[in-house]
Amino acid sequence: MALVEIKNLHKSFGSNHVLRGIDFTVEQGEVVCVIGPSGSGKSTLLRCINLLERPQEGQVIVRGEDITDRDCHLDAARQQIGMVFQQFNLFPHLTVLQNCTVAQTTVLKRKSSEAARVARANLDRVGLNEKVTAYPAQLSGGQQQRVAIARALSMDPALMLFDEPTSALDPELVGEVLTVMRKLALDGMTMLVVTHEMAFAREVADRVVFMDAGVIVEQGPPAELIGNPAHERTRTFLRRVLDPTHVEPTG
Amino acid sequence: MSAPTEPDIVERKGLSPRQRAQRSRWIQYAILIVLVLLAAFTADWGQIVDVFFKPEFIKASFEDGLLQALVKTLEYTAGAFVIGLVGGTVLALMRLSSVGPYRWLATAYIEFFRGLPAIVVFIAFSLLPLAFEGLTIPWDPYGVVWLALGIVASAYMAEVIRAGIQAVPKGQLEAARSLGMPAGLATRKIVLPQAFRIVLPPLTNDLILLVKDSSLVFIIGVSADAYELTGFGRDLANTYSNLTPLVTAGFCYLIITLPLGLLVRRLEAKAARAY
Repeated sequence: MALVEIKNLHKSFGSNHVLRGIDFTVEQGEVVCVIGPSGSGKSTLLRCINLLERPQEGQVIVRGEDITDRDCHLDAARQQIGMVFQQFNLFPHLTVLQNCTVAQTTVLKRKSSEAARVARANLDRVGLNEKVTAYPAQLSGGQQQRVAIARALSMDPALMLFDEPTSALDPELVGEVLTVMRKLALDGMTMLVVTHEMAFAREVADRVVFMDAGVIVEQGPPAELIGNPAHERTRTFLRRVLDPTHVEPTG
Repeated sequence: MSAPTEPDIVERKGLSPRQRAQRSRWIQYAILIVLVLLAAFTADWGQIVDVFFKPEFIKASFEDGLLQALVKTLEYTAGAFVIGLVGGTVLALMRLSSVGPYRWLATAYIEFFRGLPAIVVFIAFSLLPLAFEGLTIPWDPYGVVWLALGIVASAYMAEVIRAGIQAVPKGQLEAARSLGMPAGLATRKIVLPQAFRIVLPPLTNDLILLVKDSSLVFIIGVSADAYELTGFGRDLANTYSNLTPLVTAGFCYLIITLPLGLLVRRLEAKAARAY
């Protein structure tokens, strides 16, 4: 059984039809990168998987449970889905450690000592165990994003969603976040990553999905999709991303 | 390409803008000083002291329980502030609720009590026992005073708190919900602590307004030993047929409001450096 199964997903914002029928699965242990031009619906797709956006049509089935069902226990389902945001969204009034424990103690009802142990283990994993008492504002962007990853991991999720996790970072801070994500992938975490980092997609992903105008245009192993795309739209996009200074010949 | 030409040197006449502004400010200071001196010299100081600042009546005010009235003002204000804070938070959350009737109720309450002069609410409160026979509000006189002041305060504070909640970035709630926190828990643990930090300065302003609103509670009709500053001052001013006790009581408000004003400025400075 697939970990996530998406069937005929449609999402509109007003008259803007963002997702136009997405069918797509993620298997246990798989690392899937979603690429595509801005406005293609990548982020919306990701946000539909933990229902931060409610789709108008279609189903999202996580571990056999249809979470688009209005009577589904959404909060329980969300515990299994970690999410990392482009803007980090750390809780500024809580310390790094509290950021990682607040949901554990309140949602999972873990004892605070147990929650702190789990949080420290995950902060260790992202290389920030010495920052536990700091507040988010005292950290660099890269450090904040790593705390955000540790916060999500502390809930022991079965799946991690990354919504352009490096897009808000200064270029020299991108590497530390990608390194953490690569380690996570090697540890066998199931990951769905919306990204513009082609090198990361090529090296870490098991599968790359190319989206454009609200549909999945094509998907496949990174070497194939990035190296030898079948569709013209994919080729145009990759040319722009991989060689931004290239000028299209006119006529 | 022609050779660069010498730029014409522009000649300006008269005062520079800075000099003009300076001159205008000196004129303003001079007018102010003249007005103050004029008032000081034309005033009948003997009469002013006799009517407003008669030393023997200032002394009498203290002896008759001015400090007790000051404490009452503080007690009335503090209790009403707590009710206003709790009520205001509930109303703010209702106003932002996705449930229509909650929203309508909160909006109606806020618009009604914000638009009504506080004195009218207090008169209505004094008439409550007539409308509901046998109705008693516990902790007399605190219960009724806290309730009357708190009802008005909660309407004001609801709007301030609502603005604070809306100023918390949407991503905060999304992050909390994505961790599996139910809406109520996420609001309590993540959104409200940040919202209150944002609205601390304006809430303190509401507290200052509340201190002064407490001067209206004599309308509810409390007994003499429950008088706050204004009630006390009025009562004594009537007894002595002299305004000095009321003026003395009035200055006592400054003892409360000036430090609060200072606190607001501190909080605002701190908020500017937030996090």
